[in-house]
Amino acid sequence: MSLLSAVVGLADDALVLGHRLSEWCGKAPFLEEDLAMANTALDLLGRARLLYGHAEKLGGSNEDEYAFLRDAPDFTNLLIYELPASDFATAYARQLLIDVFDELYFDALQGSQDDTLAGIAAKSYKEAVYHVRHSSAWLLRLGDGTDESHARMQQALEDVWGYHLELFENPSADVSLVANGALPDRAVLKAAWSERVRELVERATLTVPAGNWSVAGGRTGVHTEHLGFLLAEMQHLPRTYPGVNW
Amino acid sequence: MSEPMPLFEVFVRSKRGLEHRHVGSLRAQDAEMAMQYAREIYTRRQEGVSLWVVRSGDIVASQEEDAAAFFDPADDKPYRQATYYDLPEGVKNL
Repeated sequence: MSLLSAVVGLADDALVLGHRLSEWCGKAPFLEEDLAMANTALDLLGRARLLYGHAEKLGGSNEDEYAFLRDAPDFTNLLIYELPASDFATAYARQLLIDVFDELYFDALQGSQDDTLAGIAAKSYKEAVYHVRHSSAWLLRLGDGTDESHARMQQALEDVWGYHLELFENPSADVSLVANGALPDRAVLKAAWSERVRELVERATLTVPAGNWSVAGGRTGVHTEHLGFLLAEMQHLPRTYPGVNW
Repeated sequence: MSEPMPLFEVFVRSKRGLEHRHVGSLRAQDAEMAMQYAREIYTRRQEGVSLWVVRSGDIVASQEEDAAAFFDPADDKPYRQATYYDLPEGVKNL
């Protein structure tokens, strides 16, 4: 049962962030970037589908039930994934912190004792390497750009910073899975993550936030007020017309 | 972003192809971003294994008005074409 909930947690992370990125479709600053954000959203949606598919094989529900027929307290994504990002700098500040984490996490998950998870990790790792390239390019460009872009990127980092610590917590249900090699230990990834992020942030002439606050709760279904609105939009159609095909 | 970003031409080498082929253009802040957008726009469906991007302004192109002087003189020199020659007896390839 706990491998199932761990897989659903990873799937929820990917689905929710994929949806957040898809909100930029048609709104990015220019056409090329619009396509880039939509492509990353599709990478994440693809990852979510693979993980929900695996969850179903482990005895869970099907992907549509997971995505469309659960309410916010049933979602177990970490909070950093669900934060709204109506400012381009916020979108990429959050994206960078997650992309660097994903590169480390999926690299480690490739060694999972669970063959399906290891396979999904291999695909996700390659995507994450590319995502880091793109988000770090924006961090650099906005941080080392104009006074305004610098100020907004610094503010964006401050705004999302307190949500990153949750990435490195192992839920209590996962402890035995970490012990038997099904999942990587999130806590040990923190040092490499902090070093990489510090290097990128400083190269972008920005300052690593002081980090004296943190918010957590996503894995146990305790969410920010923003997730409900996200789900309302994402789930509207299948909930209004149950069973509809489109 | 008051000034338009520089225009880049994109060339893709497909899996089986030997040479890079021009596939289109895009706008980007610089060559690094142009390469990323080229990947996003032109290679998402396994179109290629190698990419070139080059600033459109760096391409030296022949001019329309020079076309007559440049290309027409080749018209009356059919001996430059392999098809001008009769294949000698016994020769399979020329």
